[in-house]
Amino acid sequence: MNYVGAFFLGILNHALIDNVVLSRFLGLCPFLGVSRKTSTAAGMGAAVVSVITVSSAVTYLVNRFILIPLDLVFMRTIVFILIIAGLVQTVEIVLRKKMPGLYSALGVYLPLITTNCAVLGVAIDSAQKQYNFFQTMVFSVGTAVGFLIAIVLMAGIRERIEHNKIPKAFRGMPIVLLTAGLMAIAFFGFKGVAF
Amino acid sequence: MLIPILIACGVIAGVSVIIGLVLGIFSEKFKVQTDERQEKVRECLAGSNCGACGYAGCDAYAKAIVEGADPGLCSGSDTEKIGQIMGRSVTAAERRVAFVRCSGTCQKTNANYNFNDTKDCRIAYYAPGHGSKKCPFGCCGFGACAAVCPFDAIRIMDGLAVVDEDKCQACGKCVAACPNHLIEIIPVSAKYIVRCSSHNRGKEVKTACADGCIGCGMCMKVCTTGAIEVVNNLARIDQSRCIGCGKCAARCPSHIIIERNANHAPRT
Repeated sequence: MNYVGAFFLGILNHALIDNVVLSRFLGLCPFLGVSRKTSTAAGMGAAVVSVITVSSAVTYLVNRFILIPLDLVFMRTIVFILIIAGLVQTVEIVLRKKMPGLYSALGVYLPLITTNCAVLGVAIDSAQKQYNFFQTMVFSVGTAVGFLIAIVLMAGIRERIEHNKIPKAFRGMPIVLLTAGLMAIAFFGFKGVAF
Repeated sequence: MLIPILIACGVIAGVSVIIGLVLGIFSEKFKVQTDERQEKVRECLAGSNCGACGYAGCDAYAKAIVEGADPGLCSGSDTEKIGQIMGRSVTAAERRVAFVRCSGTCQKTNANYNFNDTKDCRIAYYAPGHGSKKCPFGCCGFGACAAVCPFDAIRIMDGLAVVDEDKCQACGKCVAACPNHLIEIIPVSAKYIVRCSSHNRGKEVKTACADGCIGCGMCMKVCTTGAIEVVNNLARIDQSRCIGCGKCAARCPSHIIIERNANHAPRT
């Protein structure tokens, strides 16, 4: 299979059909916590895209050339967390210097990504499934784009339902969880076009 | 048994050291030079990121001040101290406050019907007569303005929004929030104001509300500087031309032109 076709199919597959939030239930806390406004949700999504892309590349190399040769696969989680935290910090420092505009737009969401389980989930998943480097990158970018799509959609819906007449028992988080459930069902429809 | 543990420890230690080194190098290499005056100026500002100055937030404004922007744009700031820090004299912009152009409390304004929907101004605005009060121009009293106020300066008292002028920083969020466009930002020195925004004719105003501008035009006639204009059955004072003589307030038959800070504050 040629690489370009595989790349786009893979992105589509991981972004829509196997959406990280809505069908694998990873990264739910920022999905619910930072989806109050579309602008911040888009900022969070963009930050996650960049961090997942870089972190999965680095964790792939560490896993392939350090952990597996030394037979230390059981240390994966702790090493990956360490690497992700360090990477997020590095990205923050670099952004602050090179792109102060983007840095101030992302604000507090950048360090929050450290605790985003989608980032760790992607790294561990691709290590467990023994993807090669190309597959890992497609998987991570696709997943990150899926997260971006899901959180922006969610924020849009939440902005719309804010002024509606919601029954008292459902106000606040319950209606958000219901919305998330309905969105997950809608995304389940993509399974019908699985490649 | 001991060897794998040592190897694991070694790997973790190695990775940590590498990450630590990378972080250290990066933080040195990409050090952001921040002007120390910026921090000090930031402390003198109101600190609520309201955006009334036109910058993205207090941090952005502090940066702009250090770079030479007008330091008088924040009405809640300690301008004298900013002047000391920056080493130049700063004339403070005149303090401004929000003002609700309605005096229709529950006693003064009659109700048309019982409003049982969600108590939200934006929903009430789409109800018949812009809410249950008979006056379609008045404050519906559900506090959209109070909800957006970052300074907690607006309270709903007896069905009417009331601005606490000590707390108000004139950020203008309430102006945007009010569906009836009742709130305006006025200079704190404004002496006389029209506390009504009804464009209805005199008779309708009288049946709806005990305190309403009937548009008789008496104020316009007595005003010596031509600061008052009655447009569409509603008097309006041009604060830049008002000299504060008080003739309009004395003459107003419905006592809707009031002197500010003269205990006309809402009777609660």
